[in-house]
Amino acid sequence: MPTMIQALNTSLRDALTDDEKVVLLGEDIGTLGGVFRVTDGLKSQFGEHRVIDTPLAESGIVGTAIGLAYRGYRPVVEIQFDGFTYPAFDQLVSQLAKLHYRSRGRVKMPVTVRIPFGGGIGSPEHHSESPEAYFVHTAGLRVFAPSTVEDAYTMLRQAIDCDDPVIFFEPKRRYHEKAELPYGDQWRDEAPCARVVRRGDDVTAIGYGPTVYTLNDAAVAAEDEQISMEVIDLRTLDPLDWSTITQSVKHTGRVVIVHEASAQGGLGAEIAAGITERCFDYLDHAPLRVTGFDVPYPPSKLEHHHLPDLDRVLHAVDTVMRRDEVTALGAAR
Amino acid sequence: MSTQRMDVDAEGLPTHQVLSTDGERIPDTELDHYLANLTPAMLSDFLRDMVVVRRMDAEANALQRQGQLGLWAPLLGQEAAQIGSIRAARNDDFIFPSYREHAVAWARGVKAQDLLSVWRGVTPSGWDPYQVNIACQQIVIGAQALHAVGYALGIKFDGSHQVAFGYFGDGATSQGDVNEAMVFAASYQAPVVFFCQNNQWAISEPVGLQSRTQIADRAHGFGLKVWRVDGNDVLAVYAATKAATEYVRHGLGPVFIEAVTYRMGAHTTADDPTRYRTEEQLDKWRAKDPIDRLRKYLEKMGADLPAMERRAEEAADQLAADLRAAITSMPDPGPEALFENVYAEPHPLIEAQRTGYLEYLATFEGQDA
Repeated sequence: MPTMIQALNTSLRDALTDDEKVVLLGEDIGTLGGVFRVTDGLKSQFGEHRVIDTPLAESGIVGTAIGLAYRGYRPVVEIQFDGFTYPAFDQLVSQLAKLHYRSRGRVKMPVTVRIPFGGGIGSPEHHSESPEAYFVHTAGLRVFAPSTVEDAYTMLRQAIDCDDPVIFFEPKRRYHEKAELPYGDQWRDEAPCARVVRRGDDVTAIGYGPTVYTLNDAAVAAEDEQISMEVIDLRTLDPLDWSTITQSVKHTGRVVIVHEASAQGGLGAEIAAGITERCFDYLDHAPLRVTGFDVPYPPSKLEHHHLPDLDRVLHAVDTVMRRDEVTALGAAR
Repeated sequence: MSTQRMDVDAEGLPTHQVLSTDGERIPDTELDHYLANLTPAMLSDFLRDMVVVRRMDAEANALQRQGQLGLWAPLLGQEAAQIGSIRAARNDDFIFPSYREHAVAWARGVKAQDLLSVWRGVTPSGWDPYQVNIACQQIVIGAQALHAVGYALGIKFDGSHQVAFGYFGDGATSQGDVNEAMVFAASYQAPVVFFCQNNQWAISEPVGLQSRTQIADRAHGFGLKVWRVDGNDVLAVYAATKAATEYVRHGLGPVFIEAVTYRMGAHTTADDPTRYRTEEQLDKWRAKDPIDRLRKYLEKMGADLPAMERRAEEAADQLAADLRAAITSMPDPGPEALFENVYAEPHPLIEAQRTGYLEYLATFEGQDA
């Protein structure tokens, strides 16, 4: 069975085959095949004009992709690691996101920016960041975060096919998960939206990307305590699929939101606020967040404390179930 | 050496000049070739273009002072740099301008009122870039240089002989994006012309604060072909840009042109340049005025200057009258415009906010203000 890396590779290969306007840009993506080998073999198959090794300048990569999109191309950019997204921040936030609006719809920006994100791989600084909230906050961008091998294939096809810019977060610590790929044009059948990956009655647990695995494990463990967890994989962080979220919360009345990114001003805050606005009368407990702490991403020997793990998720679940005397705040955040 | 050094203090490249400030034609071995076929009609067009855009600029300043525009970034003094360069481009060359390239946009066929509509604040852009082959004006300094490179890369992939232009100023050459643009352009030998108007000022900061060398010298280090030209000499700018586009179209790689000019006006209508520069400095540059210089040349060569002047003034009067009428009668957009074109494809959050806000506004209908 293919890994997530191979799924992404196949997705890019199929997109390059189906549309000659698709071009890939990034550091080391050509001859080397990318530091994670996501683009392995694509340069030799499609040529250096379709799979373009770039100079080492992230703003340059994104700005060049914008110019190609102006010309009618459909660029797919690889940012090598999450922490190297920031040098391209202006081009992403003030240019890529805004050109459709600025041009009153005349200029389309069908650019996909692939970013391997999140921690848990024992890397030095800048290699384990979760910068999604910046882009969810930015009007004009869509933000995708697949968690599974199948979704990695499907959602990358959907991102490349989309006429809007898509920031595409790949859960790098799940890169070696394996599953069969959807085939043919299945990816066209469903619009990108959230998915209930496990049905339950007591608590809605919401995550995306690498934390979905943690939530599934937590749901299995919670069964032993006779707690039934419903797990939602958001998949699209912008737009958020409020229909799936509110349907679940109205059923369970309790919510735990999980992400690796810091709590303050993060996506969990947006989801908690949105749930409170939409489902206040259904809630049995305030929505809780289980997140990375509001600290810089730590050295690797500390990251197991920083990343939301099974026990912290279960602790938050106990809290919203009011099974725990300890105040939720200290442990959950 | 047939070229004059205009800026004797700065070490580096010679500055090409084919018209002296007195309107004398100076031979230039590199550029004369591109001026050999200039007709009196073309010279008359140069004069008209510069007079018209100067009037457009003056009218825009006045409209801003009268509360009709939110802001304006004057181009006064830079008429030759902008008109000379854009008139050397082919119509299918694609331009990425900054926020001061009003003459470039106008010369591309953008109507003055469409240009000013953005500065009035009624719309994020006044034209369709694909109708006139010029992108929306860019406000973030230098960001558009990279877009020009990307577009140029597309030109190259398509096997076309078009050229992409990135316009920016001296201050922009300190920006990372402009430096990255030169790296990428050189690396891929992209068909792009970087056209830098060194107008001596980045708001209040003189060019010497940006660079201890000539601006043009910076581009050398990236492996670009470089021309430095008197930006107040419309013929030199035209010829250098012709030479540059010919070079690029031959597949020889990217070019950088530094047009040495002067921002005679304020940075914008919100700026007060008396805080950082003197009348003496302005006088020095008034003597180099691009329109006066062309007039003197036309006079010396025995052209029918009065007829050319009349033609130019009539066009300027017409533009000013049309512009004023269009701007002062330009309606404000409705609230639904807030939500238009944020995304190309449907977006539920924007739809919900649009619906909610319009419903909210509807609750006030029929009430007294």
